[in-house]
Amino acid sequence: MANTVLHKAETRGHASHGWLNSYHSFSFASYYNPERMHFGALRVLNDDTVAPGMGFGKHPHDNMEIISIPLEGDLEHKDSMDNVAVIKNGDIQAMSAGTGIFHSEYNKNREQTVKFLQIWVYPNKKNVEPRYDQITLNLEDRHNKLQQILSPNPGDEGVWIHQNAWFHLGKFDKGLSTEYTVKGKGNGVYVFVLTGDVTVNNQLLNTRDGYGIWDTDKFTITAETDAEFLLMEVPMEF
Amino acid sequence: MKTQILAIGRHPEILQTVVRLVNTNPEWECKGVSTDDEAVLAFSIQSYNMVLLGGGIEEESEERLCAAFRAINPDIIIVQHYGGGSGLLTAEIYEALAR
Repeated sequence: MANTVLHKAETRGHASHGWLNSYHSFSFASYYNPERMHFGALRVLNDDTVAPGMGFGKHPHDNMEIISIPLEGDLEHKDSMDNVAVIKNGDIQAMSAGTGIFHSEYNKNREQTVKFLQIWVYPNKKNVEPRYDQITLNLEDRHNKLQQILSPNPGDEGVWIHQNAWFHLGKFDKGLSTEYTVKGKGNGVYVFVLTGDVTVNNQLLNTRDGYGIWDTDKFTITAETDAEFLLMEVPMEF
Repeated sequence: MKTQILAIGRHPEILQTVVRLVNTNPEWECKGVSTDDEAVLAFSIQSYNMVLLGGGIEEESEERLCAAFRAINPDIIIVQHYGGGSGLLTAEIYEALAR
C-alpha cells in the first residue's frame, strides 16, 4: 500500500519581498513548518517570481544539488567558477555546490518578470568539487509523454546530479494517462502540478499542488485538463 | 539568554555569511571559526549550545571535532549544515533545538 502526502498550493509558505514573490513547498528562510521540512532527499521546492531588473545577489551554497527550471522569462546566472549563462524557459540548470560556491541570479529583462522553480536536493556525497551544468530541452519531447530531465548518470538524458534522483516533465492533453515506474529501490516521487488538473491514482491535484507518493513501484497520472507537471523521484532515506 | 552557536567552515566568505545570517535572529549569537584548532579553543573557553559544521570540513576533522566537543559537553547539539548560508539555516537551527 502506497504512502502519500498532499500539499495543496494554498498551504505553501509565502514570502513577498517586493522584487521577489516566492512560494515554499518546504520550510525555507523565514517560513518554518516542522511538518514541511523535506520529502526524502528533496529539501527545497521554491516557486519564484522575480521582478524585472531584479534578482538574487551574490550568495553562497555548499553541499547541495541545486536545480533551476525557468517557467517564464530568462534568468542570468554568474558564479565563482566564472560561469556566466542565461537560463531560458525550456532550459534546466543543475549545480553541485559541494565544497562551496558563490553565485548570483538576475532577471536582466527590464520589462518581463521571470518565473522559475528552484529545487534543492541533498547530495549523496559530501564536499564534491563544485560543478555546473545546463542544457536546453526539446519541448516536444514532453508532449503526451514523460521527458527525463535529470538523472544520477552523466551519460543519461537531461542533466545529472550527485543523488539517485530522476526528474521528468510532462505536458499532457486532457484525458491522457501514463504510468510512472519508480526507478530506484526505496525512492518516492513528488508530483508538482505546473498547470491544469491531474489525478495521481485517485487523488485530484490542481495547479501548484504537490503530492508525494512512496512505498509503491508505480502509479498512474492522468490529465483531467490539459496539464503540465513535474515528477521528482528521490531517495526517501539518504 | 541567547542561544550560543559556534559555526565552523573552511570557506571564509561562506562562513562570514552564515555568521551574519544567524546573528540576524535576536535570540541567537553566533561566532565563526575556520580551523579545527580555533574551534576546539573556542569551545573550551566559552559555553555553546550548538555547533554548525559547514561545508568543506573533512570527515576525519568532523569526527575529531565532534568527539572533542562531546567530551566537554555531552549534550552539545551538532548540526551538519547543508546548503551553506542561505535559506535553510533558520529551519535547521529550529529543528535541531526542538530535538
